[in-house]
Amino acid sequence: MTFAANFSLVLPEVILGLSALVLLVWGAFHGKVTPLFNGAAVLALLGAAVAAVVGPHGHAFNGVYAADAAATYAKVAIYGFSAIAVILGDRWLAVRGDQKFEFAVLVVLSALGMGVTASAGDLISLYIGVELQSLALYVLAAFRRDDAKSSEAGLKYFVLGALSSGLLLYGASLIYGFAGSTRFADIAAAGAAVAHGAHGVGLLFGLVFLLCGLAFKVSAAPFHMWTPDVYEGAPTPVVGFFAAAPKLAAMMMFARVLGDAFPDSVAQWRQILVVTALLSVFVGAFAGLAQNNLKRLWAYSSIANVGYALLGVATGGETGLHSMLLFMTLYMVDVTGFFACLQALSRDGKPMETIEDMAGLVKERPGIALAMTAFSLSALGLPPFSGFWAKFYVFGAAMGSGDVMLQWAAVLGLVGSVVAAFYYLRLIKTMWFDAPVAGVDKPQPTARAVGFAAALFSFPIVLVALIWLDPAARAAAAAFGHA
Amino acid sequence: MALPAIAFYLLAVATVVAGLLVVSAKNPVHSVLFLITAFFSAAGLFVLMGAEFLAMLLIVVYVGAVAVLFLFVVMMLDVDFAELRQGFAQYLPIGGLVGGVLTIEMIMVAASVVAGGAAGKNAEPLASPVGVPNTEAIGRVLYTDYVFFFQLAGLVLLVAMIGAIVLTLRHKPGVKRQNIGKQNARTPKTGMELVQIKPGEGISE
Repeated sequence: MTFAANFSLVLPEVILGLSALVLLVWGAFHGKVTPLFNGAAVLALLGAAVAAVVGPHGHAFNGVYAADAAATYAKVAIYGFSAIAVILGDRWLAVRGDQKFEFAVLVVLSALGMGVTASAGDLISLYIGVELQSLALYVLAAFRRDDAKSSEAGLKYFVLGALSSGLLLYGASLIYGFAGSTRFADIAAAGAAVAHGAHGVGLLFGLVFLLCGLAFKVSAAPFHMWTPDVYEGAPTPVVGFFAAAPKLAAMMMFARVLGDAFPDSVAQWRQILVVTALLSVFVGAFAGLAQNNLKRLWAYSSIANVGYALLGVATGGETGLHSMLLFMTLYMVDVTGFFACLQALSRDGKPMETIEDMAGLVKERPGIALAMTAFSLSALGLPPFSGFWAKFYVFGAAMGSGDVMLQWAAVLGLVGSVVAAFYYLRLIKTMWFDAPVAGVDKPQPTARAVGFAAALFSFPIVLVALIWLDPAARAAAAAFGHA
Repeated sequence: MALPAIAFYLLAVATVVAGLLVVSAKNPVHSVLFLITAFFSAAGLFVLMGAEFLAMLLIVVYVGAVAVLFLFVVMMLDVDFAELRQGFAQYLPIGGLVGGVLTIEMIMVAASVVAGGAAGKNAEPLASPVGVPNTEAIGRVLYTDYVFFFQLAGLVLLVAMIGAIVLTLRHKPGVKRQNIGKQNARTPKTGMELVQIKPGEGISE
């Protein structure tokens, strides 16, 4: 394969990398953040998404980079949600006088890292993608450097992120040592030999460490401790970004590693994933009950939702990964919408972040209260909202797998979602039936528009959108395992 | 044949002794100096194995940058190491338990390697071309086979730089900066002001 052919496959990354450099120089010389500047960042992200869709499929640079249907699906979602994050973040920072041009540059660079992990075909590209993405996210968490909580969030995220990178690297080095290669295709070949009776403890030993590192990144229990603190401290639009695109990227890493590099060790990794998934569901459900801060509450909600997505990965195969991709897509819309609403609301210039703050919101801001109700019902999994369809696919895949362990896991997962229903319903009750506290400011229009659009998606647009989302996710899921 | 063996044993002993002294030295500055000794001897071991590029890297990166940075930190920050060691006895049981479990797992893995020889299968992942020093061999593949990784690693460093600047750079108001263009363009008109002062009165600003 020629050099040019390799580069035509990585065109989305090339577009993002070059535009990040141009934006950086533009920002450094111009100094101010203008709508044109943010527009250019959004355009770069959308351009990269288009390039991913229309670009050729294949493996670049000796198989370390896979451009296939799965990568395309993930990249369109990741770049799209990053573009929304650029717009929302800029509006939020502008209100607080903390506007800096680096925000857009960092979002673009982290999107680039997420794209690389989504199409990783090698442990090295996986690791570099993870680092590129996380490093940018640490800075975004601490972006309001004069705010003590934001700095704390950034520091905690950084220290624990570095620890998880260490675990990931340790696992990767063990896998390299025992498989003799870092390329997923070669690891799969070594794994196939293990499945046929060769000695493979070392390979699985490495896989366990790798999975621990990935579980950290996706904030699955028991590696979830950083999530509530980071979500509470980081700027609200940044939290909305954290809960959406990087989660999908991390789930893609699971799918890549397990689907491409360890397709023959299903019996081994399924146990690990089922335990992690159930722990996440229950930690998210029970710890969420005690939360009063909405950002912390949705942090636990995101832990629980990661558990459901992991259940999809644990099911494995085309159906399992298909359900995971759909679940994550629908969840991303919900969580982005919720945090957009949260960002739009303020009382006397102060952010409204506790459940009490939402008392009687429906009397003052009926539109936003209605949207937040839709997101809560959707996250709860009530039909006909999008969250119901998301869970429907995951549980359907687990039940249809014919594995008793997965079927019991699905039943327990359902129990967990009933427990979690309490806190979503408590939020709805506070918004609709408690006595209102006056003084909610005029909502910030951009964030409100995004919130309304997401609410409309969660019902009724989702019913139409699933008609083409479903086959797209199915095609993406079919692409795994051909490293 | 004897000379490399002698060199190996000398360097290996120096590495192990220096490593032990790093953790046992009371004075943290001495620890860092022993760390540098350990790096140097390890670099010597790499040269013996024919990996002169790694040896060079170890000296330039670890001795030149990392260890010197350690030294700066240790000397500039007043870290009370006695205080750091205080919880040692308290955390020893749980730490020992975790360490013990990990050690047992390591031994099991090592035993399985010895039994099955899993690592021996692909002992040489990248055969070095004959007659090419390994610095040159790395140079040949860095911008061809590994250009994707290389460029991405560059972007990671770029993010680190942007992050450091975003989080720490503050433009202080009132700082006087030199602007040579402005200085050269100064004329008597812009630089001077003529004031008529009446006798017996000062200038009131």
